[in-house]
Amino acid sequence: MAGKIKRLLALGAVVLTTAALAWAGSDDQPKASGAPKPVITKAVKGEQCVEPNDFMRRNHMKVLLHHRDETVLEGIRTKKYSLKECINCHASEKTGSVAASKDDFCVSCHSYAAVKIDCFDCHSTKPQGSMAMHPLNAETAHYAHKLAAQANSKVSAEEMAGVAQ
Amino acid sequence: MSDMKSMSDKTPNSPERRRFISAATVAAGVTLVPGVMLIEVAHGRPEDQAASSAVRWGMLVDATKCASGCDECVSACSTENGWTPVAESQHKKQAPQWIRKLELQDPLTQMETNLPMLCQHCAEPPCVDVCPTGASFKRADGIVLVNRHTCIGCRYCMMACPYKARSLVHEPLNDTQKPDVPRGIGCVEACTFCVQKVDRGDGTTACVEACTASGHNALVFGDMNDPESEISKRLRELPTKQVRADLNLNLGVRYHGI
Repeated sequence: MAGKIKRLLALGAVVLTTAALAWAGSDDQPKASGAPKPVITKAVKGEQCVEPNDFMRRNHMKVLLHHRDETVLEGIRTKKYSLKECINCHASEKTGSVAASKDDFCVSCHSYAAVKIDCFDCHSTKPQGSMAMHPLNAETAHYAHKLAAQANSKVSAEEMAGVAQ
Repeated sequence: MSDMKSMSDKTPNSPERRRFISAATVAAGVTLVPGVMLIEVAHGRPEDQAASSAVRWGMLVDATKCASGCDECVSACSTENGWTPVAESQHKKQAPQWIRKLELQDPLTQMETNLPMLCQHCAEPPCVDVCPTGASFKRADGIVLVNRHTCIGCRYCMMACPYKARSLVHEPLNDTQKPDVPRGIGCVEACTFCVQKVDRGDGTTACVEACTASGHNALVFGDMNDPESEISKRLRELPTKQVRADLNLNLGVRYHGI
């Protein structure tokens, strides 16, 4: 009996120590070690994503894949889960894009996770036209000037279309 | 023939009148009780509703009105869909071209015919038959498209198309695409009947808008299944032809005056 209690106590001590170590580890872990954490910028507009952040971080690829097939094959163009709408909200204020520089929304996490995406081989990384024109933007149109200032210094969409192959 | 022509001239063609009519229709649609639309404006369907086979989008090209040297439709398509005009391309022979102007001449009589050539949106498209991955497909409303997510760029469809309507993107586009029109290297592409505009409920395409705006009125776009649509009325009045009708592909683009 006494042996049993001793064993239980020992086990309890081990569990407690491990937990305490883990706790301390998570807190004290210096941020400098390992790869730099991705920069996650808050969306320029919109208060809340179409789903909770945790869900979107794990499942955005699934909902995007499902929506993409509906859109291409059947012509269903709902805004929820549409890549275009992701870009409309998450395009960076600095570059006006979700994938132009390494801190832009999509690239930031994807380079951290070393997951290569080819969405932007075909899809534009920038929102359409001026941000203020977007229906979701009606209340946040005051952000538009920030992006417009960036856009003006660069080539216009029409010129871009003419440049390239 | 002259009777036919005068009949066709009676149809409302002037851009001003068309604009007025469409504005009036839109106004009528908007002023009704919310949720009740007596007139379906330009086949606008709710965005959560799939394209329906009750509709078949089609185009009528009146070659007698298509002007020599005019390429308004081609440049409008290029602007709307973001492909580089062939003249500006570094590799002209392989440059993507969704619509092109043809000038034909009868070797015996020297009669010249002008017409735009584009994807004919066949009811039985050979490009869909040959596609090894199912990327080339016909949407329920008759629009023939390429699913770039499954296209492997094999170009069988380009070989199969009797109208030379498809092209392959050979070079990276470097984020110059339009947000509404994704397109990219290694995929085959062609005219989409401006599917992004059709889904938005515009009920027209960039080339048709440009042709009307330039005053030629050689192009009509609409639902060939709706007997009351402008295109159906015109098709009833005018003698039209399908290019390579012998192939029995039941084309979505019909030509008058060829």
